[in-house]
Amino acid sequence: MTTMERTHAPILKVRNAAISYETRHTDVEAVRDVSFDVHRAETFGVVGESGCGKSTVAFGIVDFLGPNGKIVGGSIKFQGQELVGRSQDELRKLRGDQISMVYQDPMQALNPSVTIGDQLAEVLTVHRGIPKPEAWQKSIDMLDRVYMPDSANVMKRYPHQISGGQQQRVVIAMALLNNPALLIMDEPTTALDVTVEAVVLDLIEDLKRDFDTGIVYITHDLGVVARVCNYVGVMYAGEMVEVGSVESIYANPMHPYTQGLMRCVPKLGATKESSILYPIRGRVPAPQDRPKGACIFAPRCDYATDRCHNEKPQLRQLETGHSARCFYSETIDAGTWEPPAGLVPEFEADVGQEDGREPIIRLSEVKTYYEQESKSLLSLVGAGEKRYVKAVDDVSLEVPPNKTLGIVGESGCGKSTLAKTIIGLETPRDGKAQFLGFDLTVPVSGRDVKLIEELQMVFQNPDSTMNPSYSVGHQIGRPLRRFNVVPKDQVRDEVVRLLNAVRLDGSYYKRLPRQLSGGEKQRVGIARAFASRPDLVLCDEPVSALDVSVQAAVLNLLLEIQRDYGTTMMFIAHDLSVVRFFSDYVAVMYLGHIVEIGPAEAIYAPPYQPYTEALLSAVPIPDPTAEQKHIRLHGTVPSALDPPSGCPFHTRCPRRDLLPDGGKICEEQIPQWQYNSEEHRIFCHIPLEELRKIEPVVTSD
Amino acid sequence: MAVSEQTIPKQAAQPSRWRQLWEGLSIVFESKIAVAGLVIILFWIFVAIFAPLLTPYTPTEQDYTAQNQGPSAKHPLGTDSLGRDIWARLIYGARVVLIMLPVTETFWLPLGTAIWGVLLGLLVGSTLGLMGGYLGGWVDEVVMRLLDAMMAFPVVLLYMIIIAAVGASATNVVLAIAIVGTPGIARLVRSLTLDIRTRDYVRAAEIRGESPWYIMFVEILPNARGPIIVDAMLRVGYAIFAMGTLGFLGLGLPPPSPDWGSMVAKGRQYILSGSPWAALWPSVAIGSLVVGLNLFADGLSEESTRYQ
Repeated sequence: MTTMERTHAPILKVRNAAISYETRHTDVEAVRDVSFDVHRAETFGVVGESGCGKSTVAFGIVDFLGPNGKIVGGSIKFQGQELVGRSQDELRKLRGDQISMVYQDPMQALNPSVTIGDQLAEVLTVHRGIPKPEAWQKSIDMLDRVYMPDSANVMKRYPHQISGGQQQRVVIAMALLNNPALLIMDEPTTALDVTVEAVVLDLIEDLKRDFDTGIVYITHDLGVVARVCNYVGVMYAGEMVEVGSVESIYANPMHPYTQGLMRCVPKLGATKESSILYPIRGRVPAPQDRPKGACIFAPRCDYATDRCHNEKPQLRQLETGHSARCFYSETIDAGTWEPPAGLVPEFEADVGQEDGREPIIRLSEVKTYYEQESKSLLSLVGAGEKRYVKAVDDVSLEVPPNKTLGIVGESGCGKSTLAKTIIGLETPRDGKAQFLGFDLTVPVSGRDVKLIEELQMVFQNPDSTMNPSYSVGHQIGRPLRRFNVVPKDQVRDEVVRLLNAVRLDGSYYKRLPRQLSGGEKQRVGIARAFASRPDLVLCDEPVSALDVSVQAAVLNLLLEIQRDYGTTMMFIAHDLSVVRFFSDYVAVMYLGHIVEIGPAEAIYAPPYQPYTEALLSAVPIPDPTAEQKHIRLHGTVPSALDPPSGCPFHTRCPRRDLLPDGGKICEEQIPQWQYNSEEHRIFCHIPLEELRKIEPVVTSD
Repeated sequence: MAVSEQTIPKQAAQPSRWRQLWEGLSIVFESKIAVAGLVIILFWIFVAIFAPLLTPYTPTEQDYTAQNQGPSAKHPLGTDSLGRDIWARLIYGARVVLIMLPVTETFWLPLGTAIWGVLLGLLVGSTLGLMGGYLGGWVDEVVMRLLDAMMAFPVVLLYMIIIAAVGASATNVVLAIAIVGTPGIARLVRSLTLDIRTRDYVRAAEIRGESPWYIMFVEILPNARGPIIVDAMLRVGYAIFAMGTLGFLGLGLPPPSPDWGSMVAKGRQYILSGSPWAALWPSVAIGSLVVGLNLFADGLSEESTRYQ
């Protein structure tokens, strides 16, 4: 798709752009020396970790830098016209309605108090002076073009009445109504679930062709880039370090940073070994700490020489349409790279000799419901009908000691409620839950200290996992003191030991959380969870808020600590590639039910439960050559307040037609567990023989 | 092994406690509004502390040869109807407001009446707000509805009812300020608690099986301190205003102690007969201190939210 000749003049031409922000003390150079072209009907991906300046580039193009940001150098030409140095009025005329922007959160782009139809039609009536009835009809047509089901009715609804994926489609439709020459998309799918993301990405791919629009696509996700972009610019610390076509960059990354990024992105590989992540050592420097007059990546580079520390490399063309900012691009080869000693923990063959041991935790038919107050007058006096959100419905699972169970599913599938139930923050209505002989259906306030000690948790959000008022040492020390893990006078030594175990040195003892980076906070959170030497640690999306290079380091750290402490883990995540790398067993959840559970290898290979299959085929794979099955789920996840009868997935199941009379049984009866092997079971009506015939979702070489 | 992120050293050294404190204070100096407010407040604290050195008179010393005089070299701000020096009464009056709380004739506590009132209100209000916000359920309903009922009374009326019930004295004024301030503080703390209780570190504490009191006071309260401090500043201002009102209505400190409100009330009748000084200066004092505290609180909240 990218073999197209780039002969026409580019629609957007950025040359050596430099953007700075004024702060209280000095100017911060957020972006410098960025150059790229965007052509019609082409997607240019800007990819990089947080804080590397990719959003600043986008805001620079439309001059939304805010009162303290300004373009301090270079040139940005839109359709041949210079944008830098013009006044706001001139810019507005130049841009006209030719540049549109789509942001990450659709709910913030849509006005919640105006119907979707009015918001869409307004774009045309205000910008173009088109009369209302015509504008209304055009808006409906546009909604149809972004594959909005039931578009005429959606026009009459308010934004909160449609799902997140549909909201983002409305925003895209709104951006396209003026038929812009350039569309800037800033992480448009990051807030969406993976199956919804897949549909939106397909849409973006189609639009580029249909509308002849140039797209600047900003994302941190290398998998998404591989799926939608033609050309990619990799940004690091405010500079563009590599630019080229998607195929050539993924096949042959020429900058050490790009190579490093590729190695630390989890791939949906076939085996656990091929999924090992190699983090990039060090961290992204803050703007004021960036090396001047030197290669910006040199402090973290495995190939750095004296020259790299003393001279700044320029972006130079190495092949047609592929440039990199490195002195040694010709000699370094990602294929011959060897991880430096100790970069990743060594994984022993397996602790498999202990197979067949009693499971450490066993849940059977656990149900956790939330009571929903109806708003009627009767319920005020306590006589109203009570309704329940069935967040966890009939979950049975067990985990052998020293193993990791990954729990995957989209948002709202009940995986966090399951974790809360196990940890004791929610009380199940029904079912049995045993852990080391303790009863887990008791809330945490009624649990024995011994049990509390053995069951700990690692949280998702690095910014709220630490109490900002106390030092790191104090917070890790608290569980040690509370559970009397060590004598009082040894608490400090034990904290330092734990800090070392998570690869932080003793100087962190006195630091406050605001002095730590996201990855460091997450490490401290891990140290705190392991302080009481628990037997079971629940990890609730522990890396989803981290950048890929930091994510890899934290995941490796968790694996290493698990090995050293012999801990059992339950790992909750929405990212199937991370779970693949991390887990021995995987459970797939949908609407409060586990629909498939088994050893990781078995989950990622046929026979699949149809939902697992759909999830796998939606995962963006950071490899433009990988073949992936194209299964898209339609509609939205039904409300857990009123789940579908029979199989919870029957309303969206793409495989129902494998059953006689279109899967009538799915609507009527709850499926039985089918055992593919002793450990691998599937919750589906379709016979295993049929499911086994299905091809693997991903075939890559 | 080097799987770590800290291979690139962060800052060279850990900043000391003093340095951190200084950085906190430097936020105040960023805002001109806050500095202006602080100057006014410090002025009043200064004159209150050094009152005996700043005037040769005592606040109750009467001079029948010099009644209702305007400012002069002998009496910088003039005298009142009994010939007492207004400057002396003003700065001794500031002591009661800002730096000392007379409990009995001979025993007094440091910190002024207004500040004690707000502190007591903070103690009760924060506790109720934390309980309502964190425990939720019927505790929340009961506590908040009771406080709502209190808020239904006009503030001045509530002050008068309380003082009328328990009698006029400095400690009772403290009590009145605390009672009137409690519902507002409780509402603020409750709303902050509702936000903070969703943070992961609170969940971590729950998972450790910590008691609700530990979670409320050790995990949640310290992180609500910013808005609470700003609110308390404003409340000290309101409290000074309330003290002025009570004094004016004759419900403040019993005479002849120098009370700004009662000074205004006494001086009021001489305004039209050509001696406005006795009423003017205490009014200016109350006004300037309230404005000063408001400016300081405003500047502080603006700066602390801007750079978070």
